[in-house]
Amino acid sequence: MEAVLDNIGLVGWAFAHTVLLFLFSGVLSLLLGTFLVALRVGPVVVLQRAAATYVTVVRNTPLLIILMFFQFAAPKLGVTFNFIDVQWGEVSMTSFFGAAVVSLSLYTSTFVCEALRSGVNSVPLGQAEAARAIGLSFGGVMSQVVLPQAYRASVPPLASVQIALLKNTTVAGVFGVMEALARMRILTNNFTGQKIGIFLAFAIVFVVLVEVLSFLASRLERRWRIA
Amino acid sequence: MSAGVLFDAPGPATAARHRIYTIVSLIAVAGMVGYVIWRLYDTEQLTYEKWEPFLTPKYVRALLVEGLLKTLQMAATAVVLAVAVGGLLGVGKLSDHGWVRWPCWAFVEFFRAVPVLLLMIFSWFLIGIEWSGASYWGVVTALALYNGAVLAEVFRAGVLAVPKGQSEAAYAVGMRKSQVMNIVLLPQAVKIMLPAILSQCVVVLKDTALGYAILAPGLTEVGKRIFREFGNHVPTMIVIAFLYIIVNLILTWIATWVQKKFVGEKKVLEVSMTAGLDTGRAV
Repeated sequence: MEAVLDNIGLVGWAFAHTVLLFLFSGVLSLLLGTFLVALRVGPVVVLQRAAATYVTVVRNTPLLIILMFFQFAAPKLGVTFNFIDVQWGEVSMTSFFGAAVVSLSLYTSTFVCEALRSGVNSVPLGQAEAARAIGLSFGGVMSQVVLPQAYRASVPPLASVQIALLKNTTVAGVFGVMEALARMRILTNNFTGQKIGIFLAFAIVFVVLVEVLSFLASRLERRWRIA
Repeated sequence: MSAGVLFDAPGPATAARHRIYTIVSLIAVAGMVGYVIWRLYDTEQLTYEKWEPFLTPKYVRALLVEGLLKTLQMAATAVVLAVAVGGLLGVGKLSDHGWVRWPCWAFVEFFRAVPVLLLMIFSWFLIGIEWSGASYWGVVTALALYNGAVLAEVFRAGVLAVPKGQSEAAYAVGMRKSQVMNIVLLPQAVKIMLPAILSQCVVVLKDTALGYAILAPGLTEVGKRIFREFGNHVPTMIVIAFLYIIVNLILTWIATWVQKKFVGEKKVLEVSMTAGLDTGRAV
């Protein structure tokens, strides 16, 4: 445990990376997932099929493989993130960070899509019928009536997906981002005698972060619940 | 609500508009696929030399035996252990005794919230990184603990989903608590839980890839060896992802079949943070 307390600054910056990874990929995955679900429930069959194929392929691929792809294979195809170079305090957002955010977003968006689709399915039939009866187009039905309710109904599954994303950011530590997992690995290597204490310290921070997220989700769910 | 309710049956004008949308999106999708293929061709990823290892018996055997088989073995060991851990903890959480219930609850909450990769690295160090089998058992231990904690919730929900009359009748004929659980509740609960357990297998299988971080054997390790030797990163990653996807699709298909066969039209058992068949599944 002393190893963690002596290096508390480094540990703090490591968790800053974790939280930043989570925030960036969280927002991007929600946007991309919404786009995907719009394609999946929309009237154009080609787009339905395309989105369904994307979801099936990406969601059955291990996240580590996707990160490996962006790390080793994508540069060979000329896809790099070298343009990203932000330094802020001890936080460094480099091409590794960019690749991690892209992989995490692509992966998580498929689960966001499925969670939202279950939400769309839970909106009562009459809502969409009534919306159509007053003459709204598909875009209007979706954006004014169905999606706002679908978002509310899918808060619990979306929260599970985002909690999983928070835990999944650790995979970025294997591919060059100095976040919590990478820092824990270095500390454990340097202070082998204290491995249990180091693990417990990092694990407890994660438990706290997860609890905070699920607390926010349950607040949001109660506040947004459809009467 | 099915997607068919979101819009009217199209009239002639809308049908014409949809035809235009279909053509435009067909062109867009074809364009994207074409661009990817052109990109692969342009960067010389489609040449025979890059794909040769996957047509050479020696490497195919390595990929299937040292790679896929080892990965499946790792996943299967972890699933068996996870079901055991999950069964114990799930029943423990239903215990009438606080001193059994609370530790089980704490254990489940802790291991569900800790990233599985963190757990993996810790078990690897704990087992001892000098021993060659440590990485294999590190992966198995981490996956068994994490998924055991997740399955504990499934077990608990499954037992609670058995109609109340069953346990009441069992108590009425004079069974003891353990008999009610073992003879009456668990056998019926297993049937309800089976699809959830099977789709959790997909999670376990995907997470075996994390073993890459602790030098564990399996598909990722064989893939690394192949692309180190041939410099064919793109084809290797495509082949490995393909193998994972195929096995996962087979597992999902089995889970759906079991669902239809044993659970029927009844609602799928839904537990937060686990694998549901078609909702926020298998993260």
